[in-house]
Amino acid sequence: MKKIILSIFVLIMINFPASADTIRMGTEGAYPPYNFINDDGEIDGFEKDLGDELCKRASLTCEWVINDWDSIIPNLVSGNYDTIIAGMSITSERDEVIDFTQEYIPADPSAYIALSSGNKAAYIGIVAAQTGTIQASYVASSGATLVEFATPDETIAAVRNGEADAVMADKAFLAPIVSDSNGELIFVGTDVSVGGGVGMGLRESDSSLKDTMNEAIDAMKADGSLNLLLKKWFGEDSSIF
Amino acid sequence: MFQYCTDPSILSQFKWFSCYLTSGKHISFYLSFLIVISLICITAPISLFFGFCGSLASRSSFILLKYTGLLYTNIVRGIPDIVFFLFIPITIDQILEYSRHKIMCPEITESVWRGTDFLVCSAAKLPLNSDPQWIHSTYSFLLAILSFSIVFGAFASNTISGAINAVPKSQIETARSFGMTNNQVYLKIIIPQMWLYALPGLSNLWMLLIKSTPLLFLLGINDIVYWAKEIGGSKTSIFKYPHPDWRVWYFLGLLVFYLLVTKLSEIAFKKISNKINHAT
Repeated sequence: MKKIILSIFVLIMINFPASADTIRMGTEGAYPPYNFINDDGEIDGFEKDLGDELCKRASLTCEWVINDWDSIIPNLVSGNYDTIIAGMSITSERDEVIDFTQEYIPADPSAYIALSSGNKAAYIGIVAAQTGTIQASYVASSGATLVEFATPDETIAAVRNGEADAVMADKAFLAPIVSDSNGELIFVGTDVSVGGGVGMGLRESDSSLKDTMNEAIDAMKADGSLNLLLKKWFGEDSSIF
Repeated sequence: MFQYCTDPSILSQFKWFSCYLTSGKHISFYLSFLIVISLICITAPISLFFGFCGSLASRSSFILLKYTGLLYTNIVRGIPDIVFFLFIPITIDQILEYSRHKIMCPEITESVWRGTDFLVCSAAKLPLNSDPQWIHSTYSFLLAILSFSIVFGAFASNTISGAINAVPKSQIETARSFGMTNNQVYLKIIIPQMWLYALPGLSNLWMLLIKSTPLLFLLGINDIVYWAKEIGGSKTSIFKYPHPDWRVWYFLGLLVFYLLVTKLSEIAFKKISNKINHAT
């Protein structure tokens, strides 16, 4: 017994040669087309393409990690992964806890969707939003009744089964859902601009990684490859740089 | 999986389902059943061992050991599981990383806690950033086993203590009058007999253990409930197999799985208890 414990301890404490060039990318994997798990069980989406390209340009090796949206910031600061690349809008509240690179998606409107058979003023009724998003805080301050859900998918299910009147989320996330619903779901109210653009989240103390990533984003903006990616995943008329 | 799966949108219903149910995502879902089963099968003996240690410690006449045992069982039993599962793995992980940091990077004098960040040098990370994904998964799986064992060990410890007390006093007195030492009384008289009294409580614990496996997701392991939720949620045409919200079917599948495991364990426990009844 003592020997087993001792050998486990030695194994844990032993010094493996470490290469510092591996970056672990944390994402939610539940927010198509930003990031999602495809039918092969792999992470896919705009941010997967973007992240891989950024890592290639910065000559880093990247490993992808899936983490719940709820705990995505705590797990970054405790060091489980090194970046958050999960459609996270840059806000001043988040900026107090973590750091952001420059935007890689320009500020994009949010929108409401509701059942086409339902109340047309649904956006002032009961509105579903994902916990801890800028949309959730917007709804809370808009005077509507907010119901929060842990995943984006559950917010849509809540409207479908009548638990909520409307959903508020990024328009790019809602658009494919509306077009796939055969007229069951429609956009209601007007689009709202609730936040800044989307950036990559990093630990405050990780300024060298921030510089590297900013440089790579700059390069992708300069040669137009970022715009191509945006068009590929968000449609021809998506906002570009 | 099959040859004809390249374009699912033109397939007949039967073929569509045969492709859908064998997609890479579903394979991961099926594998997660194995993860859950292996977790409970590994955890059960370890927590039994922890339970033994805990109950023997709390019955010890050496005061320090006695209070350590009592503290362990009472603290762990009193704290909600969910709090514990958030607390234990992070604490173990940070203690390990902190001590590795102290050993491997003595030249860094800055504190590892900077604001909200917990920063150890990259060589002290556990597992290392450069390690392949399977090492990361194995590491969190081991942390999960340890946390589950600590929690269920505390409950087992209480059950075992009770069972030891239930062994008839006359048996112990007879053993002593034969001149057996303390250790002999434990090994030859008490422990073989206490199983009879411990079994109902331990079978309860086993059932609780099976039921609490969805807590695995808290530890970053993609368990069956995570996959059922993820795969069952409605899928737009960005996916190869778009479908509406099918979560209810997946959860129905989980229900059947859990009931099946419960039924099988019931049969197994009946067999064990018959055996013990015959032996004593």
